[in-house]
Amino acid sequence: MPVLNSEVLPVRGEGDIVSVRQAVRKWAVEIKCSLVDQTKVVTAASELARNLLIYGGGGEVRLEKLQEGLRGGVRVTFEDKGPGIPDIPQALSDGFTSGSGMGLGLGGAKRLVNDFSIESEVGKGTRVTITKWK
Amino acid sequence: MQERIPILQMGRVLLVTIQVDMHDRLALQLQDDLTNKISESGAKGVLIDISSLEMVDSFIGRVLANISSMASVLDAKTVVVGMQPAVAITLVELGLSLNGVLTALNVMKGMKLLERE
Repeated sequence: MPVLNSEVLPVRGEGDIVSVRQAVRKWAVEIKCSLVDQTKVVTAASELARNLLIYGGGGEVRLEKLQEGLRGGVRVTFEDKGPGIPDIPQALSDGFTSGSGMGLGLGGAKRLVNDFSIESEVGKGTRVTITKWK
Repeated sequence: MQERIPILQMGRVLLVTIQVDMHDRLALQLQDDLTNKISESGAKGVLIDISSLEMVDSFIGRVLANISSMASVLDAKTVVVGMQPAVAITLVELGLSLNGVLTALNVMKGMKLLERE
């Protein structure tokens, strides 16, 4: 799948969550997502960037602008070298939290985008990838 | 310098207009400031205008719900006004329903709701 453009943002502090939101918004506007779709992907990115910081101890967010035939998309990858997730189905279920959150982050983010994938290895880290198509 | 969201007092109502993309600490600061201000001023109502907010995630949603609960314990009603339709759609799909938080479409309707209470 052709990647037209990409950008990497570090997430080391709370301010970086805001930067991720703003960057995702900008790209969603560029591929002409509707306002509702922009809001959905920005909100999903905000949840995942916060997870990256709180549970993963920080990491990197990679944004990519995709083109598949006539449709454009934004793919966002969140990668950390944190403790990893031992039980992914449990982590994805609503209401489950290992921290102080509401337990809506992962499952909620999944509902807000078109494609969602998660890979995690205990002791090595976690990678979550979301894609919103126009 | 510590950034803060201003709180205006209009009679017995406190008015807050959130106009920035809040980072988490700023939202928590607002929660503390509002709770203190209600206690100091004896305000009976809190109106939070979020019409400029382009996104409400689970963290900000939780802060809004907390403010509402804390105000209620301090004998004040909270109304969240002006939520953008795209934000409302996203919030519900995310799984947050803001149970127990009073809402109104705009500041005027929110004021009327507080006057009635």
